[in-house]
Amino acid sequence: MTRGLFVRNLTVRIPIGRRWVHAASDVDLEVPAGTVTALVGESGCGKSILAATVMAMLPLGATVSGSVLVTTAEREFDVTSAAGFRGRDVALVPQSAATHLTPTRTVRSQLDETIAAHGGPSTSDRLAERVGLAPAHLDLHPHQLSGGMAQRVALAGALAADPTVIVADEPTSNLDRAAVDHVLGLLRACADDGAAVLLITHDLSSLIRTEVADRIAVMYASRLMETGPAASVLENPLHDYTRDLLDALPSRGMTPLPGSPPELTDLPDDCVYHLRRPLSPHSGGPTEMVTVGARSYRTRVHR
Amino acid sequence: MSLDAVAVSAGYPGGPDVLTQVSVSVEPGTITGLTGPSGSGKTTLARVLALLQKPRTGSVLLDGTTVRGVGYSVPAKSRAQIALLFQSPRQATDPRMTLRSIIEQPGVIAGRSVDVADLAEQVGLTDDLLSRRPHQVSDGQLQRACVARALAQRPRYLICDEVTSMLDAATTASIARSVERQAVDGGLGVLVISHDADLLNALCSSVHHLS
Repeated sequence: MTRGLFVRNLTVRIPIGRRWVHAASDVDLEVPAGTVTALVGESGCGKSILAATVMAMLPLGATVSGSVLVTTAEREFDVTSAAGFRGRDVALVPQSAATHLTPTRTVRSQLDETIAAHGGPSTSDRLAERVGLAPAHLDLHPHQLSGGMAQRVALAGALAADPTVIVADEPTSNLDRAAVDHVLGLLRACADDGAAVLLITHDLSSLIRTEVADRIAVMYASRLMETGPAASVLENPLHDYTRDLLDALPSRGMTPLPGSPPELTDLPDDCVYHLRRPLSPHSGGPTEMVTVGARSYRTRVHR
Repeated sequence: MSLDAVAVSAGYPGGPDVLTQVSVSVEPGTITGLTGPSGSGKTTLARVLALLQKPRTGSVLLDGTTVRGVGYSVPAKSRAQIALLFQSPRQATDPRMTLRSIIEQPGVIAGRSVDVADLAEQVGLTDDLLSRRPHQVSDGQLQRACVARALAQRPRYLICDEVTSMLDAATTASIARSVERQAVDGGLGVLVISHDADLLNALCSSVHHLS
């Protein structure tokens, strides 16, 4: 059995008052062990909710259909029903790590606590070494760390129990280029050591520059628009949205997309990209994912 | 006509110089880039150019005249010519105000009216967003409101300090293009501070490197 993270037909709805946030709709995503899959899309498209779903940290009242299967060397489970996997089998590297660390305690005491909670064999020195921190850094308090160092501490904490699946939610936002490259390189090393890494990011430039991802999934308004090998998706996108998103990059002409991304509250049941690109052949009415070799993209259902 | 930092050295009380002998010129109608690693003094230079911080040595020239003083001790007429945009729009807006009143604010201070609808259109904000408060809009939408507010001041120089570094590529492109339009069509002199080399290459006629 292939180890890794397997999201099948996932639909997540979150109630806000009498309205429903369409957080994920019909999402199919595979992250096999040993690979990095990048989930990209504009802010507010539902990327982070997918991280919350995988971590089973959705707000109370959320409805989930479909499955989020995790297969480790020892067991297979669905995160919506299993317990005791958080941090052990599936670990989260949060956005802006510095705000997730306790300000009044040293890095070492926080990592030691994490290791103790997992009853793990690791030591904070060994974790520090894995993420390129000097032992002396462990005796610092969070405010003494740079953003890049804080992010590496968060990664060290995630690695404490040697998880099969690592979910990194915007781990590089607000870092300078050197720190971005360092953090992405560490995530790549985790995958090369056998972890399944789901990298959630809006930073396409860094994905292109570092070639850290094996596969890319593109999300728009709670739906996946396209998935495929990173190089082909970035060089030769199949879905109009992916192309529009890439054309907005400074290195590719910096052409703004028309309009702004929709809010996820009470979305219609079909893909809504045609509201931004009325002439797109891929959106408008019922849509489905079509698979072509190793790639898939969403397009209108042909009758 | 230009906004110049001439041989500026600056730092913070009790600390060493963050900037030493840096000169930068911002010309009307052009976009100048400024880059450098974290801690190289990019934001300090922005503060000096925006007349918020006094340089230890060197001076700031506004259209050839040395600016004396800093902050409110600078004549309002000079201050109004320079607008500053920040990295975090959340920290730069009052959470109790609607986007409309945020954009109108420079007009209220200067005692004149502001065409909010026109400014909102220039930065790509739709009408329904104007009655919302900051927590009801995204970072990108709030940053657009901050750009509109800066334009409402009718500045001749605009300093953008990592304005798009929190934003996704689509929002970055849209905000960068609307600032670019102000430079090309409106003759605004713009200094763009960023660590995104691709963005600076796409936007700027020249780029200064701080080390």
